[in-house]
Amino acid sequence: MTIPAGWQIDIGLEIHAQLNTQSKIFSGASTLFGQSPNSQACAIDLGMPGVLPSVNAEVFKKAVQFGLSIGAMINQESRFDRKNYFYPDLPKGYQITQMDHPIVLGGEITIQTSNGTEKIIRVTRAHLEEDAGKSIHDFKPGYTGIDLNRAGTPLLEIVSEPDIKNAEEAVAYAKAIHQLLTYLEVCDGNMAEGSLRFDANISVRRQDAEALGTRSEIKNLNSFRFLEQAIHFETERQISVLEAGGTLIQDTRLFDPDRHETRSMRSKETATDYRYFPEPDLLPVMLTAEFIEEIQAQLPELPGKRAQRYQTAHELSASDAALLSQDRRLGDYFDEVLTFSGNAKSAANWVRGDLLSKLNEHELGITVCPISPKHLGEMIQLIDQGVISGKIAKAVFAALWSKQTESAGDYVQKNQLEQVSDASAIEPLIDALIAENPKQAADLRAGKDKLLGFFVGKVMQATKGKANPKQVNDLIRQKLSEP
Amino acid sequence: MNDLVNETTLVELSTLAALPFEPDKSKATLDALNEVLALVGQMQSLDVSNVRPLAHPLERHQTLRADSVTETIDPSALSQNAPLYEAGLYFVPKVIE
Repeated sequence: MTIPAGWQIDIGLEIHAQLNTQSKIFSGASTLFGQSPNSQACAIDLGMPGVLPSVNAEVFKKAVQFGLSIGAMINQESRFDRKNYFYPDLPKGYQITQMDHPIVLGGEITIQTSNGTEKIIRVTRAHLEEDAGKSIHDFKPGYTGIDLNRAGTPLLEIVSEPDIKNAEEAVAYAKAIHQLLTYLEVCDGNMAEGSLRFDANISVRRQDAEALGTRSEIKNLNSFRFLEQAIHFETERQISVLEAGGTLIQDTRLFDPDRHETRSMRSKETATDYRYFPEPDLLPVMLTAEFIEEIQAQLPELPGKRAQRYQTAHELSASDAALLSQDRRLGDYFDEVLTFSGNAKSAANWVRGDLLSKLNEHELGITVCPISPKHLGEMIQLIDQGVISGKIAKAVFAALWSKQTESAGDYVQKNQLEQVSDASAIEPLIDALIAENPKQAADLRAGKDKLLGFFVGKVMQATKGKANPKQVNDLIRQKLSEP
Repeated sequence: MNDLVNETTLVELSTLAALPFEPDKSKATLDALNEVLALVGQMQSLDVSNVRPLAHPLERHQTLRADSVTETIDPSALSQNAPLYEAGLYFVPKVIE
């Protein structure tokens, strides 16, 4: 969508990321997804009288990892507050969250805009809180079913400044956050299971207006596509109201993907007053400087830095570098292949090409790849040393994949796949080919270079791929230039 | 003294607190609330600019626990005080936002 002339859009996103801990933020109940209803909700999650929350240390570790990765300030002392509202999937009648003293303050995310330039989106804060349960509306007529398995699942809510200026930037920012969270392995990023959900604060204003316009908050968008669509529909709605001379009221809206519209849930006048107050059941949490320093020291090389290293130190193309650094484990795999092969370009080609397509074909992740990086690296070395041709390498790769062999070297030796580099073995083949194809030979001599491929192909065929194509090339040229 | 809470605010407060508004008790409730608020007003006249806000009555920090699953859950026991419980779900009168 292009933004109508004379208007600009301001968008801020609130991203709720479920942290992938074993147990809940305030109880020892499991966070496993997809279990039978209410089998993962203990007395604490159910808000039974007399129970007390106990804080999971891991959620702080994960929040700090995220905070440090975006260059934010980590509040050594953070506190929990109660946010009060009534809804059946919130059994306590309040959500424990962090209002005034969040764990993460500030920080920034760099996105690529559609014109290829980089843009910084500022993060206001990120705070820890508990997720609510789920309401099931269509199970029993006239009733709403409540499954509290999700209640108490740790959430990191990441709030951005209204630096986002269109739907494409919003999606780029949301994807960057998704990538970072999964790269750090603090969130599984599974959107279908609700591990990442977006609220978008959207307002429009005239191009020359200084103050932000009246905003609407679109709640609970659970895919990048819905985020993009909701922003399009909402900005169109707001601009058309204002262009018709109307006024907007601040409200909270729901996006209906089927009807392609956003619907008002409540306006500012009827907004819930959450009556925040300090959580009396929890003391302030104080993290030691050593705790934070240790996390800093253990932070992995981040995707941006990694991509930069691949481009500068290993001269990979921007697209190879971006692809190989988008997933932490893929990057780790590539780094190991590189160590064993010593050839970055070739390692990138094999990982990006043959390996990823095989993994995709079998729907496997890199962590369960049947070929170890060491074995792939050794195979690449065999190509570089001239022991096998690229064509034979494909067969060796297939053997490694199907576990026919663990070692490329052994397989090549056992099956006598070594490249034939002995000119005296190849020359008679070329002589015979020239004799059998005099017209082609004459044309090639006359400068029809395309025919070189014809002869090289024939030699490769005759040697079952074991000849060195470069050497064959040179020998053919040499033969044809002979008087 | 000006009353800080009037009947309109009282109705709003009872909505927020999900408590029923009882008109015949409104005067007594208003008097009680305003009395409490007058005390708060008195407290606000104190100079506390050098006092650090109290986060918790105990001058200690929260102990954190290790991330492990420690609860075994018996849904049938936990569901015993639910008015309507079927197929593992708690049921409430239909709510749709």
